[in-house]
Amino acid sequence: MSDILVSEQSAPGADGSGRPSGRLLEVEDLRVEFRTRDGVAKVINGVTYHVEAGETLAVLGESGSGKSVTAQTIMGILDTPPGFVTNGQVRFHGKDMLKMSAEERRRIRGEGIAMIFQDSLSALNPVFTVGFQIAEQFRIRRGMSRADAKKRAVEMLDQVKIPNAKGRYSNYPHQFSGGMRQRAMIAMSLALDPEVLIADEPTTALDVTVQAQIMDLLGELQRERQMGMILITHDLGVVADVADRIAVMYAGRIVEEADVFELYRKPAHPYTLGLLNSIPRMDERGQELRTIKGLPPNLMNIPPGCPFNPRCPMAQPVCREKVPPLLQVGAGRASACHFAEELVNRD
Amino acid sequence: MTENIIEVRDLVKHYPVTSGVVFKKTIGQVKAVDGVSFDLKAGETLGVVGESGCGKSTLARVLMNLEKPTAGSVLYKGQDISRLSGGALRRLRRQIQLVMQDPYTSLNPRMTVGDLIGEPFEIHPEVAPKGSRRSKVKELLDLVGLNPEHINRYPHQFSGGQRQRIGIARALALRPEVIVCDEPVSALDVSIQAQVMNLLEKLQSEFGLSYVFIAHDLSVVRHLSDRVAVMYLGKMVEIGTEDEIYERPTHPYTQALLSAVPVPDPTLRENKTIIRLTGDVPSPISPPSGCRFRTRCWKAQDVCAQEVPLLEIRPGSDHPSACHFAEKREIVASYEG
Repeated sequence: MSDILVSEQSAPGADGSGRPSGRLLEVEDLRVEFRTRDGVAKVINGVTYHVEAGETLAVLGESGSGKSVTAQTIMGILDTPPGFVTNGQVRFHGKDMLKMSAEERRRIRGEGIAMIFQDSLSALNPVFTVGFQIAEQFRIRRGMSRADAKKRAVEMLDQVKIPNAKGRYSNYPHQFSGGMRQRAMIAMSLALDPEVLIADEPTTALDVTVQAQIMDLLGELQRERQMGMILITHDLGVVADVADRIAVMYAGRIVEEADVFELYRKPAHPYTLGLLNSIPRMDERGQELRTIKGLPPNLMNIPPGCPFNPRCPMAQPVCREKVPPLLQVGAGRASACHFAEELVNRD
Repeated sequence: MTENIIEVRDLVKHYPVTSGVVFKKTIGQVKAVDGVSFDLKAGETLGVVGESGCGKSTLARVLMNLEKPTAGSVLYKGQDISRLSGGALRRLRRQIQLVMQDPYTSLNPRMTVGDLIGEPFEIHPEVAPKGSRRSKVKELLDLVGLNPEHINRYPHQFSGGQRQRIGIARALALRPEVIVCDEPVSALDVSIQAQVMNLLEKLQSEFGLSYVFIAHDLSVVRHLSDRVAVMYLGKMVEIGTEDEIYERPTHPYTQALLSAVPVPDPTLRENKTIIRLTGDVPSPISPPSGCRFRTRCWKAQDVCAQEVPLLEIRPGSDHPSACHFAEKREIVASYEG
């Protein structure tokens, strides 16, 4: 019997929902590198974040910032080689998952932490029906009979608002539209009632009207189940709509962490500020966009000091010498910039 | 400014759906573009927005004369482009160029940047005599913000944004009048996307280019476009100036689309009404009768199933809309916040 299941039952939440309260999942000083023929890419360079029950943490970053690799490490689906964890902990209910046996980790996957992926077509198995892929979990993990598992799978499809769930049970993934496939994937990930859901760009491949439907659905299911959610995305619009807290990643580090309202009102890191300035706003047509100059660094050759310094309009000599640590700037927010105080205190 | 450089009239593009291996028979038509008309004026940017499958990329292919239209015509300065051939067609190709979405697959990995950007000159030698080509290519690289010294590098040595700049340089090489941009920034990260958008704007004012700017991102389209056309299932449902479309949309689909755009401002979370569309876009093989949007529309009446609404200016509105019940509606809560 796993300790995880025991602790879950013996520590009911303060809110009476049977959920443990406080930090469900904590990542601490995680470092991951990719050892390739061309050299070692330092993909994650000391990431620390946590998620609590019922809250949505948005991990925001551009391609190559390490947001997805962090999630893969949490789920234990990092390709090794080339990916190696060189430091850090991933604690679920206080227990370091990186030290667990494969069997222990497998038990957490699905019931403790589940994940939905961006590309639903490649995440689903094309040769099995959608229903079968959901029911499989109930049979293997819950030991249900085929008939019972099927009944539960149809219920799940119904919960994610797939019309005619019973009829759709025996459809293959290619017979679903993009939005429906994403719903099916949500059904699959929530089947074992996980405490934490990691959603890696869940709506990036979808059209905007469908995106709105899916984000609604996720929000609703999260509230019902008091799940902690890690929403990985590059879309500042989606984040503004659903997140409670935001962690902004750049070159494998968290450069800013804050409450969603604070972050949009007054970013405490020049990178965040640059990102917010580069989105075309519907009310500022015709003006030149204020861009972030240059390119993200090559992860095999990250510049010394602050990784953002070559692109930063505020950069000073100290930025090229010292890596700024992620420090508190005001209540509940942190920034990894030598000049965070100035940014926060400006008018 | 008011001269029409491209006129599209009742453009239709259907693709046959076949079954059988040896004896292929046509069992239906994918009605990708089904009766679209619009004008592109010299020096303006016409944005085309719509969700996947609405026919916007097919439209780009027909505009480029990469596909022959099933019916209707595309006129470039009064000439029907699908009837041109030989030298006349080659001269036309110089004038209309394309920037593609995916900078990873649209550049040949075995060619250097110099060859990629210089290739148009091989086909149109009258634009640049052989001796001057390399210096022309260097000029183009400089123009799009790349280092001219990198002329001998290969595409894999560049980032996504830089590759898109190569694509733009290639489209500019022949000094075209019109550039069709098919989702030019949707594969790029936010900070890079902004750089490329600024570049497109700079080039337009420098060379007096006309753009047909196809994208699914409504804020990107608004930022760049003078006029905007909204497409749904092969039809244009609304067209107007960016102000008319974004501030006073009258078609229910446009309204729903705009309301669903996530606004990067958390303080608007509460006072924003999103029009929830149910269901998915129907199949373009057998689109709904009458108005194609009626199956997802909250205003649908019997007339919508019987009569195809024409794209025309309706009472109480200042721009064409293809809805029997077109009317203004407050959709996004005050943006200025």
